[in-house]
Amino acid sequence: MSLTFQQLGPVLALILVGFLPNEIWRLLGVVLVRGLDETSPIITWVRAVATAMLAGVLAQLVLASSGGLASIPIGVRVGALGLGFVAFLIARQSVFVGVLVGETAVILGAYAFAP
Amino acid sequence: MIADSEHGSQHMPEQEVQATSPQPSGLPPRFSAFIFIDGFKAALRSVFFYVLVGNYVGMGALAHGFGFSFGWMALSTLLVWAAPAQVILISTLGTATLVEVAVAVTLSSVRFLPMVAALLPMLRRAGTRQRELLLPMHFTAISVWVEGIRLLPSRPREQRIAFYNGLGAGLMSAALIGGAFGFYLATKLPPLLAASLLFFTPLALLMSASRNSRTLLDRLAFGLGLVLGPVIAAQKVGLDLMWTGLIAGSIAYAVHWVREARR
Repeated sequence: MSLTFQQLGPVLALILVGFLPNEIWRLLGVVLVRGLDETSPIITWVRAVATAMLAGVLAQLVLASSGGLASIPIGVRVGALGLGFVAFLIARQSVFVGVLVGETAVILGAYAFAP
Repeated sequence: MIADSEHGSQHMPEQEVQATSPQPSGLPPRFSAFIFIDGFKAALRSVFFYVLVGNYVGMGALAHGFGFSFGWMALSTLLVWAAPAQVILISTLGTATLVEVAVAVTLSSVRFLPMVAALLPMLRRAGTRQRELLLPMHFTAISVWVEGIRLLPSRPREQRIAFYNGLGAGLMSAALIGGAFGFYLATKLPPLLAASLLFFTPLALLMSASRNSRTLLDRLAFGLGLVLGPVIAAQKVGLDLMWTGLIAGSIAYAVHWVREARR
């Protein structure tokens, strides 16, 4: 099983190793909740698990950045996230304001603390 | 729910419903299209629309850099619709074996199971067919899920599937637009700007999730996930996102359960 992408063609490879292994989790979600309703304890717990996983994704994006973001120092990334959040709270929970301040902070910080 | 299934049995037999209207949820098709457009408009008003444009500018540039065609990249957005999995595909397909790529992709997508599982009971009503849920299932990604969980409760149940589909289609178009920009700007984008575009996602996630967390359960699950995520990742046990979700989510649920029991 050491087939490579060049042998299979890009679209077939996309379906076999991109679409299917990704979609299986969505499909399992559909199958597993047949017959359960919104207020059942299991769904409440599952929603808490999903929320915690989402927070985990967020932490990973900021702390263990890959690609271009990795070139910006970790202190700048965490600091900009914090500044954005404070701005969000001051601006009565406006996500737009928070994102704008956070983005500005990360760009200025990356200039100021360029490695 | 007992009340729901009783209600379901009072419905017309399935064939009769089909004969009068192709929408088993009982909505006239035109009305359902209006709700879909409402969902699409909600996507345009969402901060995630702009976040996805930004994020997928980065994705388009990446795909261009690895020599993929524009059509292939757009198809991967339509079919996979998960940024981390797409990054893995684009950056490893040329070098790793297909089995390795498939394993990496599937490990990055575990989060969809609890997301879809938590979402579907909000969409379903008596008489909803499984296949009507396939499109909402496929549209489910972090951005669509976060906005869906926020906006769906204010919608009547019979409108929710069409609304969620509109929301998903709207946010997916943002990714397609961003991807197209990125693909053509790839060689002209300054590296710092390209990097800062990727910062849109964590910023928007943090704030949208905080705004959505109204109950103690949501807040605890989110806060604990944020703290425990990096701790668990540092243990290098593998599958750290799954463990983060299970441990932090279960602790939050236990606290919620104890408080409810005391009332």
